[in-house]
Amino acid sequence: MPPIIEVQNLSKKFREITAVDQLSFTVNEGDVYGFLGQNGAGKSTTIRMLLTLIEPTGGSVKIFGMDLQSHRREILRQVGAVIEKPDVYKYLTALENVRLFAKISGIGRLSEAKLMEELELVGLADRAHSKVKTFSQGMKQRLGVAIALVHDPKLIILDEPTNGLDPQGIADIRNLILQLSRQRNKTVVVSSHLLSEIELVANRLLIIDRGKKMVEGSSAELFDPAQTVVELETLDNDKALAQLQASEWNGLLQPTRSKLIVLKMDRKQIPLFHQSLAAMQVPVISLQPRHSLEDYFLQVTTGKQHVEAFTN
Amino acid sequence: MWKLLQIELFKIFKRPRTYISFAAITALVGIIQFGLKLDGTAYMEFMLRDLSMSFDIEGNILNAYLVCFIILQLLLVHVPLLISLIAGDLISGEANMGTLRLLLTKPISRTEVVFAKFLAATIYTLLLLLWMAILALFVSLLVFGSGDMLNLKSDYIVQLKSNDIMWRYIAAFGFAAIAMITVASLGFLLSMFAENSIGPIVATMSVIVVFTILSTLDIPIFNAIKPYLFTTHMIGWKGFFDVKVNADNEAIAGTVQNLGKVMQAAGILVLHIIGFLTASILVFRKKDVLS
Repeated sequence: MPPIIEVQNLSKKFREITAVDQLSFTVNEGDVYGFLGQNGAGKSTTIRMLLTLIEPTGGSVKIFGMDLQSHRREILRQVGAVIEKPDVYKYLTALENVRLFAKISGIGRLSEAKLMEELELVGLADRAHSKVKTFSQGMKQRLGVAIALVHDPKLIILDEPTNGLDPQGIADIRNLILQLSRQRNKTVVVSSHLLSEIELVANRLLIIDRGKKMVEGSSAELFDPAQTVVELETLDNDKALAQLQASEWNGLLQPTRSKLIVLKMDRKQIPLFHQSLAAMQVPVISLQPRHSLEDYFLQVTTGKQHVEAFTN
Repeated sequence: MWKLLQIELFKIFKRPRTYISFAAITALVGIIQFGLKLDGTAYMEFMLRDLSMSFDIEGNILNAYLVCFIILQLLLVHVPLLISLIAGDLISGEANMGTLRLLLTKPISRTEVVFAKFLAATIYTLLLLLWMAILALFVSLLVFGSGDMLNLKSDYIVQLKSNDIMWRYIAAFGFAAIAMITVASLGFLLSMFAENSIGPIVATMSVIVVFTILSTLDIPIFNAIKPYLFTTHMIGWKGFFDVKVNADNEAIAGTVQNLGKVMQAAGILVLHIIGFLTASILVFRKKDVLS
């Protein structure tokens, strides 16, 4: 797939603070590209630079093969975005907002039916004529998505699209992203500070911390089942650890600072591990399998040292 | 550009806040007209108390032209405060609502956004003045009737024939438009620096109030800086109501006593508009949108 976004050594400094530091990554056509990092990691600054809201202090951005600075208008014509809270004009109705942004996006006169189609897609058709000030946060979020889609862009950028949403709202946005990717062949960049959200939709991932790239790769690589981390808690962890060190599972034990016993194994081995624990009469309280990436993400974003990085 | 301007006007006139200024003008003009209609004779007697000892003053003195002049004198100082309500909100209000970032991710240039918003503010200002003209002049014509206008100065009186007045009002409102657009462009520039509209609105009002006070205070130390304050030039519209006189001290119809000075004041205001607008474009093009 040809690259849609090519970022090279992108940097942004706010006086003494480096928000984004020499960041490079590539988003290919058709990707649902997950952009992960804790709050303040530099995700929003990067996304704002991709949308020309913030001027980079260094590096280059190419979108659709064109330089962002010199072809801004042509590029933005093919981009739809929701940046954090999708604030729109509260004193206008949902339909008026969609129509207004469709006009600004360079679309000629759109029929009301076409505009209603977009509102239908996000489940707001029945509130088309209501003023936005009467909307809940979730409804505003969905209206923001409708506005991002109204000019049929090839690339959709969603910055923390599930912020402030209830579980149903989060599921709706997730399904919408998958629908856009699979049924409308859109390239989607979606940022979040929650791995659990991204892993369900993204086929490629980038994790950043303090403005720097920590890891980039496909979900298949990063969510490799052979790299599953298992956390074990027993009634007597010291005794259980000694038993495991004396068993065939010794090679899978991982160094940890937590009180739990941590092993890294193929997901398929877990039932066998369970049987071994029973055979050794280990009094198990809990056995928790997790992706290695989750640990890695926690490590890079919160500084917790549960296990060695999954890249080991 | 035209499309953007339409959108900006649509947004301005969809907001209830926009109509506060129109309502305020309507109320203020109405109150002044009501007061003059009820008690205007006493007011005129008081104003002309010294002259009536030397002259016989006859005819409809308290006519629409004089009423309009009184209204303009009273209100043109306050209209800038109403204009700053909209102008100070143009960028900062969008930043506060969060719509600025959405707007600027669309395929439009920032310079276009500035021009569209500035033109929308200009149109709003012109409509406000037009509304004021309709109320102060045309409604007054219906209520008070026409007649020659007495322009009372501190040491002399200017008598303007009724057929020599209307063009002066057109010119005066034109001048007032330039003055008010200057205020709008200042409010617009200040709105670039804030992420809520209160700051720029109050800052614009403060600048106008402080400068106006400095412009009107007759203290020698302030006289030196008066020419550099744009508020000094905002009252230049009054110049259209001073006429040249002939050797017999009679007013020459169609003339303005010191047209050069009036035009110079208008020119200075236009330069301020250009300066504020250029600064707005430069600031906005470089602005990082963090709201």
